[in-house]
Amino acid sequence: MNGSTTLPPNRVDRGGPAQPLLLVRGLKKHFPGRRRLFGRGREMVQAVDGVSFSLAKGATLGVVGESGCGKSTTARLLLHLIRPDAGEIIFDGEGVGESHGIAVRDLRLQMQMVFQDSYSSLNPRATIADIIAFGPRAAKHMHRRQSRERATHLLEQVGLQPALYAHRYPHELSGGQRQRVNIARALALEPRLLILDEAVSALDKSVEAQILNLLFDLRRELALTYIFISHDLNVVRHVSDRVVVMYLGRIVEAGPAAVIFGEPRHPYTQALLRAMPSMDPDRRSTAPPLVGDPPNPIDPPSGCRFRTRCAFAEAVCAAVSPELGRVAGEHEVACHMMVPGSGHSRTGCGQ
Amino acid sequence: MSEPPAVEVADLRVRFRQRERVVHAVNGIGFSLARGEVLGILGESGSGKSVTLRALMRLLPDNCEIDGRIEIGGEDLNNASTARLEQIRGGRVAMIFQEPMTALDPVFTIGDQIAETVVRHEGVSRRDARRRALELLEQVQIPSARRRLASYPHEMSGGMRQRAMIAVALCCNPSVLLADEPTTALDVTVQIQILLLLRELQRERGMAVIFVTHDVGAAVEVSDRLAVMYAGRFVESGAAGDVIRHAVHPYTQGLLAANLHGAEPGTRLATIVGAPPDLSTLPGGCSFAPRCTHATLACAAGVPAAQSFGGGHVAHCVRADSLVRPDMPSP
Repeated sequence: MNGSTTLPPNRVDRGGPAQPLLLVRGLKKHFPGRRRLFGRGREMVQAVDGVSFSLAKGATLGVVGESGCGKSTTARLLLHLIRPDAGEIIFDGEGVGESHGIAVRDLRLQMQMVFQDSYSSLNPRATIADIIAFGPRAAKHMHRRQSRERATHLLEQVGLQPALYAHRYPHELSGGQRQRVNIARALALEPRLLILDEAVSALDKSVEAQILNLLFDLRRELALTYIFISHDLNVVRHVSDRVVVMYLGRIVEAGPAAVIFGEPRHPYTQALLRAMPSMDPDRRSTAPPLVGDPPNPIDPPSGCRFRTRCAFAEAVCAAVSPELGRVAGEHEVACHMMVPGSGHSRTGCGQ
Repeated sequence: MSEPPAVEVADLRVRFRQRERVVHAVNGIGFSLARGEVLGILGESGSGKSVTLRALMRLLPDNCEIDGRIEIGGEDLNNASTARLEQIRGGRVAMIFQEPMTALDPVFTIGDQIAETVVRHEGVSRRDARRRALELLEQVQIPSARRRLASYPHEMSGGMRQRAMIAVALCCNPSVLLADEPTTALDVTVQIQILLLLRELQRERGMAVIFVTHDVGAAVEVSDRLAVMYAGRFVESGAAGDVIRHAVHPYTQGLLAANLHGAEPGTRLATIVGAPPDLSTLPGGCSFAPRCTHATLACAAGVPAAQSFGGGHVAHCVRADSLVRPDMPSP
C-alpha cells in the first residue's frame, strides 16, 4: 500500500497528523437500574462517568480495567451504539452528531468494532463472503460483484484462503478463524479507527498470538488507529502506545504504555500490576495487593471511587473527587496524593 | 515407601465414541502425585486437560471409554463400585470448577449446601454440620461469614462465590483437590486472592492438588510441578522452575512465547503456526510435528519417548537434545 493511491472519501485525513483522530471530553452514561425500595426514583448504574482522552492518528490506545469499570460501555458510546448522556466525541476535528459535524452514519464508516464473542457477532445463516460483502453493499451501495471481489481481497488480507473459506458458514470455522472474519468484516468499510473490545480474550494463547500479529501487520499496511480494550495487562502492554486505566467508570491514570507499566503512580494501577502473576516460581506473590471484589457501579463510593480499597485513603478522598491531572509529560493521574495542597498527608512523597 | 502416593495414574487413555468417529481425548498419560504436592497441568482447549481431571473422578458420560490405572491413596478406582465411588467423590477427592454459578445450586443457601455434603458423607447432625459450614466460610476468608451462611449464590460477587465453592469442596477434608480452571473467569485482583487462598489451604491441610489451566501465570503461581499437555499427552513435565526457565519441547517454548514471556512490546510475536490436530485422526508420531519448525522425518516414526534432563524434568521430543538452550544446566 502506498499513500498516493486514491483513498475513498471517508479515508481522507482532514486535520493532518497533528490533529488527534479522536477526542473525547466528559463522556458520561448512567443506566437506570431497579426502582429504589422506599425512596424516590431509581438506582443509577454509573457505567461511564466523565471520561476524557485523545487518540493520535496511527496510535494504539490500550484501555484496561476490571469487570464493571466501564471499558466496554465506553467503546459502545464512541460508536453511538448507545447514546451518551453527556460529553463530546470529536472525530478528526468534527463533532459527532453536531449540526456542522459528522453524522453518526458517516462516523460508523470510519470507526468499526470487533467484539469478543466471534460467533454471536457473525450471522449464522450467511456465508463468510456474504458477511464481509454485506457492509459495502448496504452502506456504500457497492455492486454485488464488486463487493464480492472486495470480500475475496479482505479474506486474503486476514490470512484465510478465499477458495477454502468464502463459501463456508461461521459454525464451520474455529474461533481464531472466526475472529479473522470479524476483522475482515470490520475492515470492509475501510475504517480509520478499529475498536477491539476484548477481541482476543476468548482465544487460546497460541491463536491469540497469531491474531495479535495480524493486527500488527494490518495497522501498518492500512494506516489504522486502534482502541484496544482488554483485561489482559500483558497483551495491552504489548500492543499499546498509550494506556488508559479505568476504575468504576472513571479514568484513574493515563499515559504512555512504558510509563504506566514502568512507573505507575495511582495506587489502583500499582495494585493491578502487582496482581499480575510473575511467571517466575521464585518470585511468587505472598500477599494479594487488594482485598475483596471491585464494588458495584450502582451507588459508587463518594469522592475517589477507589478509596474503599485503597491503603492510603484519608478524609479528603471521601470528600473530594480527584481530577485527572498531569504529573509529568503525558502522564496523568487522578489521585489526591499527586496534588500538592490537596489536603492528603502523603502529597509529594511520590510513594 | 510405606505410604502410597496421593494420586497414581498410569497409561490413562480416554476415548469418546461418537456416531461416525472416535475422539481420542487422552492418549496415555501417567504421573504420580505425592501428598501435599501441587501439579499444574497446562494446555489449550482440546488438549485433554479437563477430561483427565474428570476421568480421575470417573465423571464422564457413557459414550466414553477409560483405560489405564487410576489409584487414589493406593485404592484402585477402576474396580470401585458405584457406591464406593460416591463415597470417594466429595469425600477423599473433591473438585472445584471455573464457573461457581453452575457448580453451586441456585435454590439453596451456601450454608445448606455445605451442611448437606457434610451430613451425607459423615453422618453427623445438622447442627454439627452447620457449625462446620461456618468454620469453613471463615477458613476461605469470606467476610461476615455467619451472615453469609444464609446467602444464595446469586447474592454473592464472583470472587465470593468462588470462595464458597472452595468451602463446599473442602468440607469433608479431601486428601486430593482437583481444580479445573478455578480462576479463569475472575478479574486479576480477585484471581491472585483466590490463588493465594488455594495455596494457603493446600499447605495447611497437606492436600495434593491438580490444578488445570490454560494460564501459565496462574499455574506458576501455585504449582510445584508442571505438565504441559498437547493432544492428550504430556509433552513436557518437571519442576515448575525447570519447565518455565528451561523449556525444551518446541510446544512449551511456543506457548511461553505466545504468553508474551519476555516479548519486546510493539513487535511481532513468535507464534506456533496452524491449529491443534483433529483428535479423531491423530498423526502417528509426535502429534505436534505438523506444526513444529524443528520437525524431521524421525518425528513421524512413533510417539517420542521421554528424554530426561535431570531433576525429574522430562520432554517427549526426539530432537530435545539439540533444542536444549545454551543457558540450560547440563543434566
